[in-house]
Amino acid sequence: MDAPAIIDTLTPLVSGASFEVGGSVDMPTVYVPADRLVEVCLALRDTPALRFSVLVEVTAADYLPREPRFEVVYHLLSIPNRARLRVKVRVPGDGSVPTVQGVWKGAGWLEREVWDMFGILIDGHPDLRRLLMPEDWEGHPARKDYPVQIRKNAQTYEPLEVSEEEFKANLERDRVKRSAKPAH
Amino acid sequence: MATATGQSHDHDLPIITTTVEWVVQWARRSAIWPAQFGLACCAIEMMAMAASRYDIARFGAEVFRGSPRQSDLMIVAGRLSRKMAPAMRRVYDQMPDPKWVISMGACASVGGVFDNYAIVQGVDQVVPVDVFVPGCPPRPESLIYGIVQLQEKIARSRA
Repeated sequence: MDAPAIIDTLTPLVSGASFEVGGSVDMPTVYVPADRLVEVCLALRDTPALRFSVLVEVTAADYLPREPRFEVVYHLLSIPNRARLRVKVRVPGDGSVPTVQGVWKGAGWLEREVWDMFGILIDGHPDLRRLLMPEDWEGHPARKDYPVQIRKNAQTYEPLEVSEEEFKANLERDRVKRSAKPAH
Repeated sequence: MATATGQSHDHDLPIITTTVEWVVQWARRSAIWPAQFGLACCAIEMMAMAASRYDIARFGAEVFRGSPRQSDLMIVAGRLSRKMAPAMRRVYDQMPDPKWVISMGACASVGGVFDNYAIVQGVDQVVPVDVFVPGCPPRPESLIYGIVQLQEKIARSRA
């Protein structure tokens, strides 16, 4: 199933969303609007003709200085239909994408990596902490405007043992907390 | 009659006289037990050095220990990421004195090709290094030479 056929299947399932075919050499690529991402993913997972039951990878790309600057990329695999699909979402520089953990449970760490490396906020992520870089790191290294060479002494100490309370406090400290949106 | 190694012996008597210090350092340098600690591709050369073709057992340093508490030597074999640095320091801290460190290869010594934010630019920021072995990766002979250099350093130092 190529990208236009997938879009034809999706269009009646997600009303009002505008899809776009993306250029690709290896697998069909579809652009999806960020605000409809979760609906689209649910349709991709549950529609019998698609059945993309596996989320293989979540990553992103920085197209500085273009705006919208980022593209978040989801690689999907359909085992019953022997198909692969790349879903892309355009995200502006200070933007965010909704989490797809409600669709594929394994998305959590992949989305944490996207946050860590690119600084793209994941809306609704229950535990948005850095994954690869040290917890107190500043900046997001995979961004195009990030200085690659940093002269900074290595951290050499971490506590041998932490109590449960300290562990929870550390999680709380490292987790990204978004200011709650005004209720009205 | 004194020899270069600090021993003296009399051919008429079945006696060797030497200093306790010399004997202690001889024992230490003749049985350097490295910690089993490999970080990257240099560790493959380190394994080759330990295996039969190069056979570091000839120099008494073949006993790679799984626990830092049984080790004398840490061979930092590979690039050290910033996130790994506290863990490596902990392994070093757990080793009993006297202990030595060999920084193996370009990455461990100065960062090598990884001149970037993720890699520590020289493990001497994290642990005190006795011998730097150059190479990318160093051949097993280089690392053996590094261990022999370390043995000479131990022989020269005070117990």
